[in-house]
Amino acid sequence: MTLSVALRHRLSPAFALEVAFDAPPGVTALFGRSGAGKSSILRAVAGLIRPDEGRITVDGAPVFDSAAGIDLPPHRRRFGLVFQEPRLFPHLSVARNLRYGRRALGLPAAPAREAEIVEMLGIGALLSRRPSGLSGGEAARVAIGRALLTEPRLLMLDEPFASLDAARREEILPYLERLRDHAGLPILFVSHALPEVARLAARIVVLGDGHVLRAGPAAEMLADPEAAELLGPREAGAVLTGTVGATAEDGLTEVHLPGGTLHLPGVTAGEGARIPVRIAASDVILALEPPRGLSALNMLRCRVASLHRGKGPGVMVGLTCGPDALLARVTARSAEAMGLAEGLEVTAIVKSVAIGPADLGGG
Amino acid sequence: MSWLGPEEWQAVALSFRVAICAALLSLPFGLAAAWALARGRFPGRGLFSALVHLPLVLPPVVTGYLLLLAFGPEAPAGRLLDALGLPLAFRWTGAVLAAAVMGFPLMVRAIRLSLEAVDRRLEEAAGTLGASRARTFATVTLPLIAPGLLAGLVLAFAKALGEFGATITFVANIPGETRTIASAIHAFLQAPGGETAAIRLTLVSIALSLAALLLSEWLAARMARRVGA
Repeated sequence: MTLSVALRHRLSPAFALEVAFDAPPGVTALFGRSGAGKSSILRAVAGLIRPDEGRITVDGAPVFDSAAGIDLPPHRRRFGLVFQEPRLFPHLSVARNLRYGRRALGLPAAPAREAEIVEMLGIGALLSRRPSGLSGGEAARVAIGRALLTEPRLLMLDEPFASLDAARREEILPYLERLRDHAGLPILFVSHALPEVARLAARIVVLGDGHVLRAGPAAEMLADPEAAELLGPREAGAVLTGTVGATAEDGLTEVHLPGGTLHLPGVTAGEGARIPVRIAASDVILALEPPRGLSALNMLRCRVASLHRGKGPGVMVGLTCGPDALLARVTARSAEAMGLAEGLEVTAIVKSVAIGPADLGGG
Repeated sequence: MSWLGPEEWQAVALSFRVAICAALLSLPFGLAAAWALARGRFPGRGLFSALVHLPLVLPPVVTGYLLLLAFGPEAPAGRLLDALGLPLAFRWTGAVLAAAVMGFPLMVRAIRLSLEAVDRRLEEAAGTLGASRARTFATVTLPLIAPGLLAGLVLAFAKALGEFGATITFVANIPGETRTIASAIHAFLQAPGGETAAIRLTLVSIALSLAALLLSEWLAARMARRVGA
């Protein structure tokens, strides 16, 4: 199932939305600063605002087509939308919130499916409670479950972490990873936080000023120095996939990449699991020769694939380390002093403690 | 209440009947008017609002006279209703209409305030979950404004219990038909030696109004807890 969006909509005299993108099965992230028009796109797809013109289709079937005069109301689109705020119905218990959509749609009760979703989201203990007594993280999970139980054709998440602190965010992310891996439906996910996007998304659509600036597979976008500039050079970083190896007594776990081995703290996945590891570009140091007498454990032999000079003093360096792509951010002065150029062999040094649990997938 | 005379007892029972009918009758109209004022964007909205609130500021005797002009035995509307078996002039049904009109602005105001307090984002959420507009209204909006509906009902009921000017102008003061508590007190005060009866009805009136207010407070608090407000 693939969602195709092409729309034009004037939100204010000074701001117009003009976007076109596809969301195939898997997680597509709409990424951009606040005010880039991300939430408005979700609202248009959900049918809560009517674009001035355009076409929104699911596998070719339109839910909105200004030329053909088609505009399905939200309740007939079968798209799940999880808003920034949980928006749980205050007069209903958690259980009745969860079942609200199925009853509205006239779907038969599905105890097995419900149990599965409740289990996946870890909300079994909350069922008889009222929304007013839930924590932010609990309410967010209930809202996701409520949308999922309507058996939507597409799930949209509008900054589900925006109102949550870092700890609650960590509480939700694993559930979303499970959702991505097991629910089997296209997920459109709006965020302005790159670590979350890197961890969840297979595709990234970068928005700015109401336009699509760039779109493509996440792995490519995250390792592309030019795209990194758009994603935010301070936060940019490639995502590599490694195999979990042995954990030493000091708590560091070996993660084997084709280009070398990293020793990382906080790995929760078991030995043999394949996990994504995000390495922020600003946590990578480059050296021409493999250095000695250095405290950093993680060194990868790489080749410079591309260089991109941004607006600031930094240079984004795209590296290939075996089959993996890595991104490093260095100053323009260092790049010049080292004579960095495409094809040059370098050693990338990554500080272990710079990679936190937020950068590691659950596997 | 054996200390009430038969005539007084009659007035109390009639007042109850009139007030309950007036409150219930105006509820659907009050809800529709409140909805139009809270959510509607249409030309003439200001005029509509002024019309709804007019009975609040008009002298009650003017409202009663207008009702008489519109629904009197000689007026077309009055004749039509008469032919349909619902005569209003000088009947207790007319007292219901007068009380309903007088309490209408209070009821609309209570419901409108509760409608304006509804988080519309919840209605949006219901739509994305598959609920049509009608279903959203029935399952989200209505439960959330229930305390406002109740407050509107109680206000309209209390106003109807105390209504006097419009009622006596429109349907006069006929014992057993249109003599409510207020009209009865008025009649007793006009007659020599009627003061004790007037005082008894005054006490009843105070007790009823107080009971209605306490009941509404209690119900509103219960409902507010139920909707998690």
